Amino acid sequence: MVAYIVRRLLLAVLTVWAISVLSFAIIHLPPGDYVTSYIASMSASGSAVSEGEAIAMREQLGLDQPITIQYAKWMGLMLQGNFGMAMEWGRPVSDVIGDRMSLTVVISVAAIIFTWAVALPIGIYSAVYRYSILDYAFTFIGFIGLAIPGFMLALIVMYIGFAYFGANVGGLFSPDYAEAPWSWARVWDLTLHLPIPAIVLGISGTAQLIRIMRSNLLDELRKPYVMTARARGLPEYRVILKYPVRVALNPFVSTIGYLLPYVVSGSIIVSLVLSLPTVGPLLLKALIAQDMFLAGTIVLLLGVLTVVGTFISDLLLMWVDPRIRLGQQ
Amino acid sequence: MSGDAKTLLSVRNLRTCFYQDEGTTKAVDGASFDVHEGKTLGIVGESGCGKSVTAQSILRIVEAPGRIVDGEILLTRPDGGVTDLVQQKPDGREMRAIRGGDIGLIFQEPMTSFSPVHTVGEQIIEAVLLHSKVSRKEARLRGIEVLKSVGIPKPERRIDEYSFELSGGLRQRAMIAAALSCNPRLLIADEPTTALDVTTQAQILDLLRTIQRERGMAIMLITHNLGVVAEMADDVVVMYLGRVVEQGDVDAIFHDPKHPYTKALLQSIPSIDSKPRIRLPTIQGSIPHPFNRPPGCPFHPRCTAFIAGRCDKEEPQLVPVGDGRQVSCFLYAPAAAGTAP
Repeated sequence: MVAYIVRRLLLAVLTVWAISVLSFAIIHLPPGDYVTSYIASMSASGSAVSEGEAIAMREQLGLDQPITIQYAKWMGLMLQGNFGMAMEWGRPVSDVIGDRMSLTVVISVAAIIFTWAVALPIGIYSAVYRYSILDYAFTFIGFIGLAIPGFMLALIVMYIGFAYFGANVGGLFSPDYAEAPWSWARVWDLTLHLPIPAIVLGISGTAQLIRIMRSNLLDELRKPYVMTARARGLPEYRVILKYPVRVALNPFVSTIGYLLPYVVSGSIIVSLVLSLPTVGPLLLKALIAQDMFLAGTIVLLLGVLTVVGTFISDLLLMWVDPRIRLGQQ
Repeated sequence: MSGDAKTLLSVRNLRTCFYQDEGTTKAVDGASFDVHEGKTLGIVGESGCGKSVTAQSILRIVEAPGRIVDGEILLTRPDGGVTDLVQQKPDGREMRAIRGGDIGLIFQEPMTSFSPVHTVGEQIIEAVLLHSKVSRKEARLRGIEVLKSVGIPKPERRIDEYSFELSGGLRQRAMIAAALSCNPRLLIADEPTTALDVTTQAQILDLLRTIQRERGMAIMLITHNLGVVAEMADDVVVMYLGRVVEQGDVDAIFHDPKHPYTKALLQSIPSIDSKPRIRLPTIQGSIPHPFNRPPGCPFHPRCTAFIAGRCDKEEPQLVPVGDGRQVSCFLYAPAAAGTAP
């Protein structure tokens, strides 16, 4: 088992390296570089950038060097814990990302908790009372939840909030606290603002999860061990919760790993609409501006999160499923 | 029949149907038989004849869309009273006390009959805790004891293992241990040896016999294997398409089968004395689809003694043919005897 964990750790390091190469390459794929898009945006606003200025900028940012050297320099900085300068912002990347990253994690976790808390009980109900009226109702609502794009839902929620409750739904903080330093009052303010983005972000995942839980559990309910448990004289609710539900939950443990990056990258448009201070919109802006350091760092961070998450969920899966822990095929 | 033993379980005219969109399946269609204290009743028949659904009906664990439609399942309780299990709520307190307490169940699939994520011990201890007022520690000791009694080596270690860590034979032993942990008076064994190799089969059958002798427990053995029945059973019930076609004590049935179906079944067993390189007799045709069951006697399309105008029109009833035996066939019914509509 120790050998397994060590092997997984080595693989994880290798994967992170591969992600760094890929993210670097992808950011360099579109024609031009930061300076090109800078010139474009400057000329759009009426001021021109001279040829000499452009060359100077490229030289200053190191964009005139071959791509391999750029990568090596970037990696060198990364290994020292320095993520470079966010070109557009003129500040270190870590400064720009810092707060947004933690808020992103907070929102994502809230969305995931909402998803699980709603989807798992409904999924269990739908499987146990298959083809009941409520099952059909949940299925119907679930498909609507899947079909409505998140940003659409965000707009609807904002409209309803504004038109009927006079509330400003956007953002994660009230205006009073938006720029304030952290305090308990600010945390409380954040808590109050959290449910709506969490629900909007979580709703499509919820619909999916209901379907997955329902079909997982239906598979398990047919297995003989359920009937044996019943034949032992266990009350029905305990038969279901203790055995098939427990087994049907195992696959979910393995999804923990990619939930976070999934929510982050799936939330870009919703975050823009709801003006949430998360990394999603930041990534979009950085990509448009071809800000290599900022975009590269975010993509790499998401990659690392996925790898670490997967590693953790593998360990969790070993813990909850003896078949894996004890090495049965 | 062994008339001296007291009746433990009496199934009367049991009907269990499955209501599906495509139609209604009469899985058990008027089955009647008795299980006697300390005896073994063998229930034989081809796949799909309603053997397993009968067992599930007795335990009241028939799964939707299946339902008991009619009949009585009379269980004699230790205090002498009689409970009709059909009248019980399937998930009620009384029925749950009977399930696992008075009646234990072993399945054909030892591989999947234990939860893969709970230890074997957990599942045995759970049963003990459900049916007797003991502490968890005592329940565990009892689990170890019962694992030992079914011949599992190192039970104090095995109790903390998962079912997939055990071999097929050990797994079935553990399954038996789980069913025995609460001292049931009736053990229903649904194809207990089908998934096992022949050597293990023999060991498991031996084990069942030993346990029965030690505990004076009744066994209802459901199987399609006539060899197993011949070896184990005191009485035999032969089922075809949800109906009992013949019943009697094991020697009578094997030496002097009455019903054409029983005769055909017995002929289709390969024997060590049979001549080499000749075809084994088989029963013509195959079991009809349950939605499309033949009118009259359900066996008539495959029967060699088919009486035209009678077997395909009227349903034969179980009639006594002496020595406590009963057969449901017009060959043994007086021509004018009462027939079902």
